[in-house]
Amino acid sequence: MPRMSADANHRIRFKLNGRMVEADAEPRMLLTDFLRYNLAMTGTHVGCEHGVCGACTIEIDGVPARACLTLAVQADGADIRTIEGLAPAPGRLSVLQEAFRRHHALQCGFCTAGILLSLECYLRDNPSPDEATLRDYLGGHLCRCTGYVTIIAAALDAAERLRDANKDA
Amino acid sequence: MSKAGDKSWIGRSVERIEDLTLLAGRGRYIDDIGVPPGTLHAAILRSPHAHAEIRAINTEAARRARGVVAIITAAEVAKLSASLVVGVKAPIECWPIAVGRVRHVGEPVAVVVAGDRYLAEDALELIEVDYAPLPAIVDPLAALDPQLPPLHEGLSSNIASDRSFRYGDPQREFAEAARKVSVSIRYPRNSCTPIETYGIVAVYDPAEDAYDVLANFPGPFSLHPVMARALKVPGNRLRLRTPPDSGGSFGIKQGVFPYVVLMGVAARVAGRPVKWVEDRLEHLCASVSATNRVTKLEAAVDADGRVRALSFDQIEDVGAHIRAPEPATLYRMHGNLTGAYDIRHVAVRNRVVLTNKTPTGLNRGFGGPQMYYALERLMQRVAVELKLDPIDVIRCNLVPTNAFPYQTASGALLDSGDYTRALDVALADGGFAELKKRRDAARAQGRIYGIGCTAVVEPSVSNMGYITTVLTAEERRRAGAKNGAQATATVAFDPLGAVSVHTASAPQGQGHRTVLAQIVADAFGLAPNDIRTVSEIDTARDAWSIASGNYSSRFAAAVGGAAHLAAMRLKEKLARTAAAQLNVPPAEIEFAGGRVHARGNPDNSISFARLAATSHWSPGVVADDDQALRETVFWTPPELSPPTEADEVNSSLCHGFIFDFCGVEVDRVTGAVRVDKYVTMHDCGRVLHPGMVAGQITGGFAQGIGAALYEEFAYSPDGAFLAGTFADYLLPTSTEVPVPVILHVETPSPFTPLGAKGVGEGNCMSTPVCLANAVTDALGLDAIDLPMTPAKLAAHIHPAEQAPNRARGLS
Repeated sequence: MPRMSADANHRIRFKLNGRMVEADAEPRMLLTDFLRYNLAMTGTHVGCEHGVCGACTIEIDGVPARACLTLAVQADGADIRTIEGLAPAPGRLSVLQEAFRRHHALQCGFCTAGILLSLECYLRDNPSPDEATLRDYLGGHLCRCTGYVTIIAAALDAAERLRDANKDA
Repeated sequence: MSKAGDKSWIGRSVERIEDLTLLAGRGRYIDDIGVPPGTLHAAILRSPHAHAEIRAINTEAARRARGVVAIITAAEVAKLSASLVVGVKAPIECWPIAVGRVRHVGEPVAVVVAGDRYLAEDALELIEVDYAPLPAIVDPLAALDPQLPPLHEGLSSNIASDRSFRYGDPQREFAEAARKVSVSIRYPRNSCTPIETYGIVAVYDPAEDAYDVLANFPGPFSLHPVMARALKVPGNRLRLRTPPDSGGSFGIKQGVFPYVVLMGVAARVAGRPVKWVEDRLEHLCASVSATNRVTKLEAAVDADGRVRALSFDQIEDVGAHIRAPEPATLYRMHGNLTGAYDIRHVAVRNRVVLTNKTPTGLNRGFGGPQMYYALERLMQRVAVELKLDPIDVIRCNLVPTNAFPYQTASGALLDSGDYTRALDVALADGGFAELKKRRDAARAQGRIYGIGCTAVVEPSVSNMGYITTVLTAEERRRAGAKNGAQATATVAFDPLGAVSVHTASAPQGQGHRTVLAQIVADAFGLAPNDIRTVSEIDTARDAWSIASGNYSSRFAAAVGGAAHLAAMRLKEKLARTAAAQLNVPPAEIEFAGGRVHARGNPDNSISFARLAATSHWSPGVVADDDQALRETVFWTPPELSPPTEADEVNSSLCHGFIFDFCGVEVDRVTGAVRVDKYVTMHDCGRVLHPGMVAGQITGGFAQGIGAALYEEFAYSPDGAFLAGTFADYLLPTSTEVPVPVILHVETPSPFTPLGAKGVGEGNCMSTPVCLANAVTDALGLDAIDLPMTPAKLAAHIHPAEQAPNRARGLS
């Protein structure tokens, strides 16, 4: 990484939900603020700014990561996916998002983006999770509304549907 | 328009209207909404001391810092605003910023307004505050000491209110009773901590001396007059708006209101719009906490377990300020102090004390967790001490089925219920007999296993007059009687005959828009997707009143009911207009499938949209009384009367019933609690949306698990705050929350338009004490306070550790 000046703005370029984006930021700017205020991608939420609640989770180079613990400059050159990139088209939802809707797996929706991003990554690598493993995995996300029951149900349902879809394909 | 069919939409778990937007990341929470050009950003300097005199604040260096536009301290706030009104008759001021001294860690001391938040936080570090630390009072019992100096100059001690109540003849009952059983409880501080924090965008217009504030404030809107008076403007010059989406509240976001005043002043001083979003440290240490409470509760009991009288001594710790609506936490349950039981004699002493901790306020359950922890621990102690079955003790004291509506000793009118049937169904369908076998088998293997149970009456739709019970009858007469719970709803037709609904309900994830669409779709024979609903609030344009907002579980019972009434008014008008057109009597007009037709003759019909548009296009063909464009209903239940001369108060309109039981195992090595089984039976009246009701119960249950096992806003003896991150203040995650078994019986409320009651808060009241009853059963303890952490329980399992032999250790 090149040496940066603390006071100067630096140009940051990365792929966001399949499209190249670029904007300037100071080295100290958090990736959450950069996404939300500089790129207007407000679907990524900030719940604690110390990496515990998981609301800001996004996908960086195929791996779930806490955007609140990442500097914008660290994202330069990365391939990033956020909640805005999950739905296949406006007005439509992904299999996982649909399952959340069916199971009432969200109430206020504030923690939901991070949970969806984590699960998207997890189900891609682990298409047949059992409930205990899923609960353990989602232990990195805080939800205050649902009590998690419907989130787990939605994730299991989505995993099954994704498996069926892959079988048919 | 879509076909609705004959089936009612109410009672079905339709997919939520809200979710397509939220799941796609297109929600509009406060920090997602565009702000006016030139908006500045605020950061708040907060006290590191629990108690200290502020000798001087030097802001010179901060004012010169890059990007800083204004710095606001107590001087500016005191000049441009007035103290927030407090709810007790005491000469106490309550400012949104420390004036003269700081009284808790995290109290605002200065506000920096700068070009962005980063610059504002940079400048905070340049402000120099000269503090002279003072001794802190942390323990509410210490606050009773009349020798300690008062935290507020206007008071002679730290007791801000001291009231005693007597219902029936408790003295006689205690004298005559076979046994007396008592519990002493210290209920800790905790909070339901929404994942979204507070946020505000404040604008001041000097031309009209008016404030326009967007805040994720959930109500109660009785605080709007408090804010307007503090900003020294009439109510019509404080336009308060809420965003469409809010990331949870659980009551906690009520506490944003002092910041509305603070940021209003900041915007006025800066001369530009000011935005502030609270960070998590600020939220945990200084937003709002539930009250901690010290309770001594005693029962006069017959030998068979029948409780004849109760005597409460409650010491409520509201923290450093009595911030409105406190001391409401102490009085919200006042009509329900006897819980689910038929107990006619009650004595109460309520004291409100001030300590050097964060001011308290609304938190899901609001007074219920504190009160039921004492009452339901007591009922278990009655069973243990009299060697009775805890279920039998609950059963023999329940309000009898034929007694509803039942007026409690302290004045609540329990609207409906069949507590005995709910208990029986829960025991049978929840598998209580099997659970006892499971406990016996575990114990036979040497494991530490216990069963707990609890019965709770869950109040909803608060009487806006209940808080005045803190005043004497004479003080109430002078202040003027307060009562009621105005709910509002507006239903309107546009020129294409489409239906819009607005309520002043400000949801934070509860799905209000979906339920309103179900209710209004049913009225007009439409589908929920045909109805557009708006539930955010704009006090300058919308119908609202002091009871507006989202708290005291009032939506389903009160707001949903008001929407139903507004729709039915329009429907009656439409029916008369349609009757004239279809040549049948109005009573024979039916609404179904997007059409309006004569009964028994579907061909004699008109489209709903055409009919609903008539008063726009052709008012001349509609009778004057039947013009149907827009209908606003204000609904307040007559049962919510002011407190009586004898201090009886119907503190809430509706009363759901909950009976919970559970089995827990305590790890013999670590002391950790595992919830093995949890059954929760609810009677919340008519269920409008089963999926959402299950969501409310499960969410409250998870928060109950947190309060019981993990969460505490802990303070050190010197008042330092010890829970400033989510690594210190532990919330339950998916690995700690089991799946509860949820059961229902339904006794519709006779007092609400749809028969619904609130259901949002009950498990925050029932679950902590149910788990505590199970843990004490497991470990054979007489008493336990929350949270039941592994360290606390391990101390009861393992013998005290021997001090290491120093002589040998040093050799």
